Amino acid sequence: MFAYYVRLGLRSLRRHPALTALMVMAIGFGVAASMITWSVFRAVSGDPIPGKSSQLYTVLVDNRGPQYNDEGEPPEALTYTDATALVAAHKATRQTLLYDVAPSVLPEGNQSLPFIADGYATNADFFGMFDVPFEYGGPWHASDDEGRAAVAVISHELNQQLFNGADSVGREITMDRHTYRIVGVTAHWDPKPRFYDLFSGNAFGDPVQLYLPFTRAVDVQMDTAGRNNCGSNVDFGAGREAWLHGECVWVPVWVELADQAAAKSYREFLTHYAAEQQRSGRFHWAPNVRLRDVNDWLDHMHVVPPESRISLMVALGFFVICLVNTIGLLLAKFMRRAAEIGVRRALGAPRREIYHQFLVEAGAVGLAGGVLGLLLTALGMLGVGLLFEPEIARLAHLDLSLVAMTLLVAIVATVLAAFYPTWRAARVQPAWQLKSN
Amino acid sequence: MQIKPILTAMRHHKAGTVLIALQIALTLAIVCNALFIIQQRTARMSRPSGVDEANLFVIRSDWADKSDAQRIDVQMQADLIALRQLGSVQDAAPTNSFPLRGNGWDNYIKLQPDQVKMTTDAAMFFSDEHTLATLGTHLIAGRNFTASEIGAQRPRDAMHAAQVIISKDLAQRLYPDGSALGKTIYVSMGQAPSTIIGITDTLQAHMSSSWADAYAYNAVLVPARLLNDYTYYLVRARPGQLEAAMHDAPKALYAQSRMRIIDRKDGVMSFAQVRQRAYERDRGMAILMGIVSVVLLAITAAGIVGLTSFWVGQRRKQIGVRRALGATRGDILHYFLTENLLIGLGGVLVGAVLAIGINLWMVTQFEMARLSLAYVVAGVVVLLLLGQGAVLAPALRASRVSPVEATRSV
Repeated sequence: MFAYYVRLGLRSLRRHPALTALMVMAIGFGVAASMITWSVFRAVSGDPIPGKSSQLYTVLVDNRGPQYNDEGEPPEALTYTDATALVAAHKATRQTLLYDVAPSVLPEGNQSLPFIADGYATNADFFGMFDVPFEYGGPWHASDDEGRAAVAVISHELNQQLFNGADSVGREITMDRHTYRIVGVTAHWDPKPRFYDLFSGNAFGDPVQLYLPFTRAVDVQMDTAGRNNCGSNVDFGAGREAWLHGECVWVPVWVELADQAAAKSYREFLTHYAAEQQRSGRFHWAPNVRLRDVNDWLDHMHVVPPESRISLMVALGFFVICLVNTIGLLLAKFMRRAAEIGVRRALGAPRREIYHQFLVEAGAVGLAGGVLGLLLTALGMLGVGLLFEPEIARLAHLDLSLVAMTLLVAIVATVLAAFYPTWRAARVQPAWQLKSN
Repeated sequence: MQIKPILTAMRHHKAGTVLIALQIALTLAIVCNALFIIQQRTARMSRPSGVDEANLFVIRSDWADKSDAQRIDVQMQADLIALRQLGSVQDAAPTNSFPLRGNGWDNYIKLQPDQVKMTTDAAMFFSDEHTLATLGTHLIAGRNFTASEIGAQRPRDAMHAAQVIISKDLAQRLYPDGSALGKTIYVSMGQAPSTIIGITDTLQAHMSSSWADAYAYNAVLVPARLLNDYTYYLVRARPGQLEAAMHDAPKALYAQSRMRIIDRKDGVMSFAQVRQRAYERDRGMAILMGIVSVVLLAITAAGIVGLTSFWVGQRRKQIGVRRALGATRGDILHYFLTENLLIGLGGVLVGAVLAIGINLWMVTQFEMARLSLAYVVAGVVVLLLLGQGAVLAPALRASRVSPVEATRSV
């Protein structure tokens, strides 16, 4: 029967090509608009480190006090003083601190021109905490942090650029006139949004190219290439040392805590730390600390651009209108065949069969709409750079799940939209139809 | 016109009526808000920067060897002399940032040294005596910096700007009575006051995000070269020679010293590119809303055509009877136009409420402005006209139904 209904449906759709085309186009445009904006939205709102996002917390300590802080919230990163003290305390399973650097890199051989590479000054725990995959070698050791060693980890991409992808572990790289020994090459790793450096607005930045020990970077006075926030009433102006040990915040700190109990005891430790600062006279206010996990932090920092949300909602609204349109057209189409339904019913077809017949027909419209939607989505992916800024547009891509979803959404939505017209069709009274003919 | 029979007839195809009205309502709600967003975004995009955009470009030079501050300072001065000597260049100036750059250095501005909360926030543009001429921005009061006033500053040192030039909007914000010239303000976190020696005409800050709209025209020119790991050079080409100057300038800089990095992709940017980058989100949003509005109106119109055509087909016999009983073609045409107008009115009524509701919700969610009623009124008119236009073809077809139809197939 199914194949028969498919044939019937196709014949009926061919009989009114304009109406059919209109329905298919409405579904196609509606589903494409939704899918394009959805692909952007899912990219910017996704969990960057699934499975671990509830065990990683960023640590915030209010070093400004109620008069100068942001409506009660501590600043969005830590001072050098607090960051190094908290990491040295080792109260979490793992803890890391980082800042954005942009050293000039001089490739081997004097012919090549130097270029600027983006990276982070951090510590050995960084790689384990954030599950950074390695292609060659591995992270440096905690002893390298303590020894302020001149070592570096470079990314797969930078390794391609500098060493043509060869195993470069043990070779040297020159950054800002200092040489570093490469201990590891990461595999491609670029979590989006880059949750660990929202402070510098790098949520969707270019992939990181290198990492070096925080202690070493501070020693060679490598300046932060990220944000430096000195708040409102802080006189930092007395040279680098004064700035380093002053109250400007520029160091994000992350800790790994296995469960809620660990988080609770870390929060207590943090409160204790702030209380200690109050006792020593550095803070003149009660402890005001925060421990935010990855999703909480993404939310707090409003990582998803409002444009992305608005466009998704507008696209969904658009799709709903297309569906309302389809309901109306299907209703017209089905009711036009009241006589035909009457004959079928009079010949003994139960209502169930009428449902089958018309839902199959609607499903065919949905499928056609889905295919058109897929073409439009693919086309839209090419034009998505017009609608969103490049660093966000490049995150949107047409993958298998999006293809499946486009077709599925189109068919399911159309069949759902067809329920009311089909219900009306199934209620056709055979006697009336036969009489009036 | 006979409204009553139309209403009676509508009751016989409630579902179709409701669906068309619903579609009109939803379309109105979305199109009103989309048009409003387009207007908001294009208004932001067309804000003036206050600089000579047609002839201006910027070069970013990173110091490859990260040399010490003294050497950077010497190099910067040599670079500037080289740039200013180019035939295609009118003037050049060093800076840390510029209007519409996006990121940059902004400081709290205070009127008193011991003030707890800032008076306002402003962009810090490190400048020299050529900066105003390079930007093409005029002073409306006071004087320019002199060469002897230009200092050099390392990024982590205290900022001692004894004199500053500020933008018109900042002056207005700080001293609404217009007496800013000659007054002192506190532009850095330090305690040293800065005297306002000049006030520029409109000058936009580096911030282009909407959260910073309140500070978008607050700029402070600080008389110093900032000795950072990199510097920007603002270069103003002679009229019509932008392309040549953009080509010559990096070459001249490399001739000065090769220990620098000028990024191949965006190391040299015309101000047109700067503007385009700054408003990428706004432009994209406006384009998307435009596409959605056009397609939505087209689909709604097509839907009305489709459903009305069906009704006309369904009622050929009744139309024939009416014609046989003496109704003119005009009566039939009027009937369908009026029917559509009634449905449209119902739709726009609901749609107007929905449009305002959606806007109010967006105001709370996205810090958007309140929808102006003009947009709702315009949307209502557009949709009613669209409905009438869409119904015209099927209605004309209905009016051509011959009275003979009444006698057929009985």
